[in-house]
Amino acid sequence: MKNKDSKFANIMKTDGMQSLISSLICIVLGLFLGYIVLLFINPTGAFKAITDVMKNFFYYKGSTIRLKYFGNTLVKTAPLLMCALSILFSYKVGLFNIGCSGQYTAGACTALYAALKWNWGWFPCLVLAIAMGALAGTLVGVLKSYCNVNEVISGIMLNWIILYGTNTILTNVKELASPYTLLVKKYSPQSILPSLGLGKLFSNNQYVTIAVPLSILIAVAVMIVLNKTKFGYELKATGFNKNAAKYCGMKEKRNMILSLLISGALAGLGAAFFYLTGYEQWECTTSTVPGMGFNGIAATFLGGLNPIGTIFSSFFIQHITIGGANVDKTMYCSQISDLISALIIYLCGFVLFLKTFMKNVIRKREVKRTGKYENFKQDGR
Amino acid sequence: MLLLIQYMLIFASILILVALGGCFSEHSGVINLGLEGIMVIGSLGGALAMKYLPLTIPAVPYVLLVILCAIVFGVAYSSLLGVASINFKADQTIVGTALNMLGTAGATVAVKAINTAANPNDVSSIIQYINPKKKFLINMGGFEFNWFMLITLIVLVVAYVVLYKTRFGLRLMACGEHPQAADSVGINVYKYRWAGVLISGAYGGLGGICYILAGVSEWRFEYGAAGFGFLALAVMIFGQWKPHRIALAGLLFGFFRALSNVYFGFPFLVKLNIPGNIYNMMPYIISLIVLALTSSRSRAPKAEGIPYDNGQR
Repeated sequence: MKNKDSKFANIMKTDGMQSLISSLICIVLGLFLGYIVLLFINPTGAFKAITDVMKNFFYYKGSTIRLKYFGNTLVKTAPLLMCALSILFSYKVGLFNIGCSGQYTAGACTALYAALKWNWGWFPCLVLAIAMGALAGTLVGVLKSYCNVNEVISGIMLNWIILYGTNTILTNVKELASPYTLLVKKYSPQSILPSLGLGKLFSNNQYVTIAVPLSILIAVAVMIVLNKTKFGYELKATGFNKNAAKYCGMKEKRNMILSLLISGALAGLGAAFFYLTGYEQWECTTSTVPGMGFNGIAATFLGGLNPIGTIFSSFFIQHITIGGANVDKTMYCSQISDLISALIIYLCGFVLFLKTFMKNVIRKREVKRTGKYENFKQDGR
Repeated sequence: MLLLIQYMLIFASILILVALGGCFSEHSGVINLGLEGIMVIGSLGGALAMKYLPLTIPAVPYVLLVILCAIVFGVAYSSLLGVASINFKADQTIVGTALNMLGTAGATVAVKAINTAANPNDVSSIIQYINPKKKFLINMGGFEFNWFMLITLIVLVVAYVVLYKTRFGLRLMACGEHPQAADSVGINVYKYRWAGVLISGAYGGLGGICYILAGVSEWRFEYGAAGFGFLALAVMIFGQWKPHRIALAGLLFGFFRALSNVYFGFPFLVKLNIPGNIYNMMPYIISLIVLALTSSRSRAPKAEGIPYDNGQR
């Protein structure tokens, strides 16, 4: 019994476990607060609404259709995961890449334009999207390291510039009667990402492509780069203390720009992963920056700033976002899931406090336990 | 031309108000990236007041009541930032971003709930205020004078006096420059930081209601504040955290923002045949360039963004 107890205490002591517990607390609290908001709006259907949000594809009856909607959730998880990784990568260097949304938009713009105007194959489209995202990220990095511009503000400014630019450019490839871009599937089938039979696994969901497994592979790659390579070590060192890193001979400016370059590339790739499946068209009159990058922030911090944790948190965020569409529209609106994600990010701000709190509790217990142990020893003497 | 000046003044008013909010918060040592969200919640408060207040109230008390409501909402909302970043020492960037998302999402959910409750078929997030808006305007021979222009001027002067001429303002700035030193002479840093954050909430709420009253006569809350909170932060940085320079910076940015609203009124600009989106981009491009040029010798408060822990003295 005592052995089991100490084993439990040891697990509790690890940082990963504490992050996991903090994230779970954030989720539970976020959902609970969301539920309270629903209660305020209309108490009769609140419980059903919050369960609908959490159920997502289980909302539908029959395993075939459930599998299909599960596939849809995965299709939307892939770009979110890329955005989350993008934010995570720059956060390790101490930079908050809120321009992720803009880099994502830049990727969407070039991928769709190359596909619809030039009829490129999927791979060059992907590369072009990566390049544009990287370019947008680099711009933020250069402004930060050479002009000392706060990356959050320059990122937001670029978001809007890129959004208006994308609307202007994609107007050239839009449908005549609607503000949406042409269907990629119809006008440029070679630009659609290959499915490699993955779609068959999800009740013939045509949108499930190699994007899903690739995004998970990239998450693993990001983890390896950050934890097992010299480059990753340098990046993290720069993030912990810029001046110390510089003193040790690391090129802190180069590291900052490089990390934002990679960060932008990941976001751009995420956009290509989404728009080249043909799941959604771009609306050329969009007046808000896509939420993907902002939800990515939620996924990053909910995932405890760990690439593997990010895979699960991205899925969760997308799960409740899509689930939000299932709520009873006569009483509630689908934005309730945006509200829950926003609440979760806000609560993630308290993670540091939660962790310190947990560490204190564990330490106190330890002292109590070892204290008793010493008493026991003294008695035995 | 008159229209351009009118729009320039009103957009400048918004930017100056919100930038002053950021200025108070940052001088106390807290980076307020949540200004955008505070604007949205403030505008929600004002819009709700306009929806429910009877139009029979005379103009001056009506305007004051609406403004009061926006300020109360803004202050209440900014306390979320205060709790997290001052008492719980949370990362101010994350909390600010969360406030922005929460502001838009929360306002949308609230307005949709109100609209749907009134009429089950109405799932929009729009509040209309065509008639109430007229109370804010005085037509002076083609030039629509908006009460907010006067309010901004008063608030600007007050902000300058408070920051530089009163004990409160100087102590507030000390907390942003060197909180440890401030604490050692008996200033309660936590209290002053709270004051800074709440004042920024009041300014943000005021800017928010001004924002939705600037051009249109109905507001769709899904749109949030279209980056205006961040433009205001750019104005603040360009103004080097000083009220009088913020005013000048606000006028410059207001000009470019106004241009996108009225460029079709100028024959020579129409002739250039530049797409409207380019004008929409203008304020953001200008602010990027301006930031790139001015940020390297920034006079930012030294301790901003670092949570104060009185155990570290």
